[in-house]
Amino acid sequence: MSITSLFKRGAIGAAVAGALLVAAPVHAQQNTLRVVMHSDLKIVDPIWTTAYITRNHGYMIYDTLFAMDAKGDIKPQMVDKWTVSPDNLTWTFVLRDGLMFHDDKPVTSEDVVASIKRWAQKDSLGQKLFSFVKDFSPVDAKTFRMTLNSPTGLVLLALGKPSSNVPFIMPKRIADTSPNEQIKEYVGSGPFVFQTAEWKPGDRAVYTKFAKYRPRSEPANGMAGGKVAKVDRIEWRVMPDGQTAVNALRAGEVDMVEDTASDLLPVVTKDPNIKMIAQNPLGNQYVFRFNTTAKPFDNPKVRQALFYAFNQEDFLKGVHGDPQYYKVCKALFICGTPLATEAGMADKLESNFKKSRELLAEAKYDGTPIVLMHSTDLQVLTNLAPVAKSLMERGGFKVDMQSMDWQSVVARRAKKDAPTAGGWHAFLTSWVAADVLNPVGTAFLNSSCDKALFGWPCDEQMEKLRDQFARETDPGKQKAIAEQVQLRYLEAPTHVNLGQWYKPIAVRKNIEGTVIAPVVVFWNIEKK
Amino acid sequence: MWGYIGRRLLATLPVLAVVSVLVFMMLRLTPGDPAAVIAGPAANSQDILDIREKLGLDKPIATQFVKWVGGMLGGDFGESFFYKKQVAELISDRIEPTLSLAVLTIVLATLIAVPLGTLAAWRQNSWIDRVVMGFSVMGFSVPVFVIGYLMIALFSMHLGWFPVQGYQRLSEGVGGWLHRLVLPAFTLAFIYVALLARMTRTSVLEVLNEDYIRTARAKGLPNRKVLLFHALRNAAVPIVTVIGIGIALLIGGVVVTESVYNIPGLGRLTVDAVLARDYPTVQAVIMLFSVAYVLINLAIDLLYTVLDPRIRY
Repeated sequence: MSITSLFKRGAIGAAVAGALLVAAPVHAQQNTLRVVMHSDLKIVDPIWTTAYITRNHGYMIYDTLFAMDAKGDIKPQMVDKWTVSPDNLTWTFVLRDGLMFHDDKPVTSEDVVASIKRWAQKDSLGQKLFSFVKDFSPVDAKTFRMTLNSPTGLVLLALGKPSSNVPFIMPKRIADTSPNEQIKEYVGSGPFVFQTAEWKPGDRAVYTKFAKYRPRSEPANGMAGGKVAKVDRIEWRVMPDGQTAVNALRAGEVDMVEDTASDLLPVVTKDPNIKMIAQNPLGNQYVFRFNTTAKPFDNPKVRQALFYAFNQEDFLKGVHGDPQYYKVCKALFICGTPLATEAGMADKLESNFKKSRELLAEAKYDGTPIVLMHSTDLQVLTNLAPVAKSLMERGGFKVDMQSMDWQSVVARRAKKDAPTAGGWHAFLTSWVAADVLNPVGTAFLNSSCDKALFGWPCDEQMEKLRDQFARETDPGKQKAIAEQVQLRYLEAPTHVNLGQWYKPIAVRKNIEGTVIAPVVVFWNIEKK
Repeated sequence: MWGYIGRRLLATLPVLAVVSVLVFMMLRLTPGDPAAVIAGPAANSQDILDIREKLGLDKPIATQFVKWVGGMLGGDFGESFFYKKQVAELISDRIEPTLSLAVLTIVLATLIAVPLGTLAAWRQNSWIDRVVMGFSVMGFSVPVFVIGYLMIALFSMHLGWFPVQGYQRLSEGVGGWLHRLVLPAFTLAFIYVALLARMTRTSVLEVLNEDYIRTARAKGLPNRKVLLFHALRNAAVPIVTVIGIGIALLIGGVVVTESVYNIPGLGRLTVDAVLARDYPTVQAVIMLFSVAYVLINLAIDLLYTVLDPRIRY
């Protein structure tokens, strides 16, 4: 046999093997929805962490007492009816009939009370609500009662809170776990059951339809309404590489991609088999956060200068480019929601560099370089810091921009050290709009000094206004207080709001029924 | 022989000790705090401190190191900070895809590169030689992820022959397993084919000029026998050495290939763990890679004695 003949044989063998491989069947799973979520599900206790992916997991397997509809109104979910005493101090709730946990046990008011108490120890809005609560206890198997020491408008707002931490209901035996420990059993009463045995961190999380779930009769509406599971199985596939996720979607290997990188959107939108859905019309809000304990940001005048140096368009365009994916919105509490107002904002966020320099001169800014942390590995944040640096320098600041990955930002922002000794002056981040809809829920407005989030603003007046908002039960008066909060925010800034942005989800054309809501949820979705 | 193996295994102990100290210290020196990552975006400082305490990260570094090494000596690699699963369990879940990819890559690379290199040597300075060497230069020059995306664009998106991504376990069928692995393995094999083909060509060329090859030809042996049983066997030692070195390169390549093809293997686990600062997982995976590398090199050394009877330990 000649050498050439040897190679010919090898080539024929390879061709036959190739043909066999190509003929291998690809499984068609008609009623399985395969989704690429924005992140890997690492932690499965939605009270223990505020991570958004864990919150989304919570919505799969747990249910809530109340939920926010598409208009921002709070509607009952597990609750059938409730009454409030004339003095607004006693709230009595009754659960719907037929609510079951995935372990075939009925949902009782004992489960509810234990779950809400655990949540309230971790969540800032929950803590605020429970500062008004004198007693919270079961009355009978389906009835529970909350007694307040003074009236508050927070009861429904907190129990229907759409984003982290969400007050999910768990069986009492699980909810009795300390909020500082992770739960070890994942049993809820939501429309899908978590398949623990199939959960492979870094690869996939699997949910199956809960046949005994009894949805409300109303149609799905935001996070509220009937949660009807229309697919038998949902697989969250982990694909850290954005290009791979888009390729998989285009090839029909997955049905939905929650978070498509902005630079890949033009490719996806041109594909005739894919449709883009603006599933979260409220979107997200960019913010610039100060460290108010570090000079020169301990001086409110220096912080005010940034409202004049910045403009929102530069930030939004710098990241998203296409105006259909962003909105200039000066309102602190998200444009299009009940508390949105532009009060006090007329001359702000217009890049008036002269005014910025004047304020810095009044504040006797000595040219201390601002240590600006620049996150380089999250596409939606990467371009923000360079834009901020440029605008700040034009507004009279000196900026020392330090690049690092997001996890380094997360670790460093918790440090109170001097900026020159491993601390920081500022960084940029983003909130889901649902987290910043009111003065109490907006975590960055918390101005309780050491108890506040990193940045640690200390402002008694702001805290008084937030407390007033919490105590107010009349929506009209709440709006007036929210306006005062915004004006105070401009006097003693805790952060700078830099506009709203949107990321549509990409789905195959045969997927229908996507719910328009601040969180990606999977009830009502059909695969045709 | 057994004495040699024993000595070599003993010599790995200080290597592993140094690796363990380096990995442990480098992770602690890297900016980032797993507790802050776990706590999420809206957690306050107290939440983060509580989690640090739970994870034992508030203890002195020396105490943490002693605890980790002590656990490891007892076979306990610890628990992942994030997944709340034993690291050993995470690794055992991920080892099959990585091992499959690595083995298939090495097999493919060897099956392609050795004949190509031999052919190039046999037809030195012909167009075949130039094509093989040109391909070799390209293989070295183009990054793995570029090759991966090009392969996906052509064979998956355009022709539809292979899936874009994912892995199917061997236990679910050899056909599906191979169907999903062929493209990643070819992608990863590209650079090894380039390396091996070049090395094979050089080694075979050297051997082809030896007296015993001339003798074999003179006694009338066919070209095939001269090439396979005389030239190639004597050129095998340097080729096997390169295959051994290639396995180290493979670890880096696996990380990239697993990301591009979304294969849930050890490479992806390593990247995820590093990004999340999951110390126990990173430490265990790096130790595993180190042990594997040391053992592979030992196996290669022992293989020399089979390929060349003159080598004795």
